[in-house]
Amino acid sequence: MLSNQASLKRNGVQDYVSLRTTAAIIFAYTVFMAWFFISTDNITFIEWRGLFSGLAMKVFTLAALIAIMIHVRIGLWQVLTDYVKASGLRAIIQYVLNIIAFGYVAVGLFVLWGV
Amino acid sequence: MSNSLSLRIKQAYIVKKQRPVNLELNTIKFPPAAISSILHRVTGVAMFFALLFIIWAWAVSVSSPEGFANVQSMMDGIIGKVIAIGTLSALTYHILGGLRHVVMDLGHWEELESGNLSAKIAIALWIVLTVVLGVVLC
Repeated sequence: MLSNQASLKRNGVQDYVSLRTTAAIIFAYTVFMAWFFISTDNITFIEWRGLFSGLAMKVFTLAALIAIMIHVRIGLWQVLTDYVKASGLRAIIQYVLNIIAFGYVAVGLFVLWGV
Repeated sequence: MSNSLSLRIKQAYIVKKQRPVNLELNTIKFPPAAISSILHRVTGVAMFFALLFIIWAWAVSVSSPEGFANVQSMMDGIIGKVIAIGTLSALTYHILGGLRHVVMDLGHWEELESGNLSAKIAIALWIVLTVVLGVVLC
């Protein structure tokens, strides 16, 4: 158990729970943004920037971006293990895609920092 | 003994040889549940790449009034509309498929008939909602 906890290896239960908890966060964010776009008639720059300037929205947005990074890490791995059989190539593709996913979070952090 | 053994090897060989291998996508039958599964994957991967555009547009639009105006005029153009409707349509299907998965996690819609029916309903709802999205955004 200790070695299992200490290692970075994931297991099926972890992936199962991570995929669903992150999906719930992304779904909540989607519903909120849909509500914002539907309820706000003419969105101006002031309103748009103002939306992301509150602390709660910054936390929510960053949480959604991190949730996307985790969700995508599992989902893309599931797809890649089915379609890319060469393990070396798969490792390279996964590496690049995971860096892009991390980039989304990093860009989001800098944007939220400046709003 | 050796006789029956050789016979069994022969039979095993025949069984192995006769096992059908069909990887031709145009001749494989896709039941609704399979289509639903593939759509869930395709929409997920599509959204991952759409995020490149979305996060760029978001970053530019909140940075300055000029950036906001640029993104706004882009979203009014044909390219912006295609990306917006495509991404929202993918998101809609991915959510519908995800909700279907939640129900299956709870132990329902796991039989052949109910699974295929829920897949058909998810796909039908997706088409309807995509049409609604297209009408609202155009």
